[in-house]
Amino acid sequence: MTLSPGLYHYLIIAALLFCFGLCAVLTRRNGIAVLMGIELILNAANLNFVAFSNYVTHALGGHVFVIFVILLAAIEAAVALAIVFAIYRHFHSIEVPQVREMQG
Amino acid sequence: MEITQILYVAGFYLFALLTIVSAFFVTFARNIMRAVFSLMFTLFGIAGLFLFLHADFLAATQVLIYVGGVLVLLLFGIMLTQRMVEADIRSGRIQFVPALIAMVILMGFLLFLIFETPWNVKQPANFQDTTSGIGTLLMTEWLLPFEVASILLLAALVGAVSIARARRPVS
Repeated sequence: MTLSPGLYHYLIIAALLFCFGLCAVLTRRNGIAVLMGIELILNAANLNFVAFSNYVTHALGGHVFVIFVILLAAIEAAVALAIVFAIYRHFHSIEVPQVREMQG
Repeated sequence: MEITQILYVAGFYLFALLTIVSAFFVTFARNIMRAVFSLMFTLFGIAGLFLFLHADFLAATQVLIYVGGVLVLLLFGIMLTQRMVEADIRSGRIQFVPALIAMVILMGFLLFLIFETPWNVKQPANFQDTTSGIGTLLMTEWLLPFEVASILLLAALVGAVSIARARRPVS
């Protein structure tokens, strides 16, 4: 590890982002905040893809994969927000712990 | 060190700090609006880090799609589902301590993996312009996933509209 940025710096940033995102998914009550945690996790994966593409493989395949991940994140946000709206209409709340109608 | 080198390193750490600090606020801010705006700074910071990794096209895509699209969607979602008059846009937490412990353990495990794996690190690639390369790859090697992604977009469009639309009352 040196001061100037290298692969390890990007990997550590991505690991931190992943942990924060996972913590948001696990602890937030609000459904939209859970979605934001998922976005953080996907961004951590993207950062790893680009860092490995730059420092290890020297190929653009990682970049193409990141484009697909961004696309999937956009799709996921749209569909998940539609589900959140449906939940809001039904339960009048988007707090995740209150949605327990199917719990046995 | 040259002055440009110093500026390069300082810029990297600026973007890294911006990303990590705002990601912290995304997770731990009590006010959900504050968390959304922190997410915007996180996404901008990651776009900056992409620039440091010679991924110019991805940085532009990140700003356009995430900041311009996903973030606006999230903001709409919050504004439509929170009762603003009650000013109750706080977001409580559940199972906070176990999640924190799991997060610390996971972070230690990831750090262990990062430093123990032999990564075969080379000199950073000097991509000149990634846009034409990505375009060529999308039209040749990744053509099938590209087309499947367009079908997936269409399906998500129809699905999101049909899920979110208000049900007509049964007459």
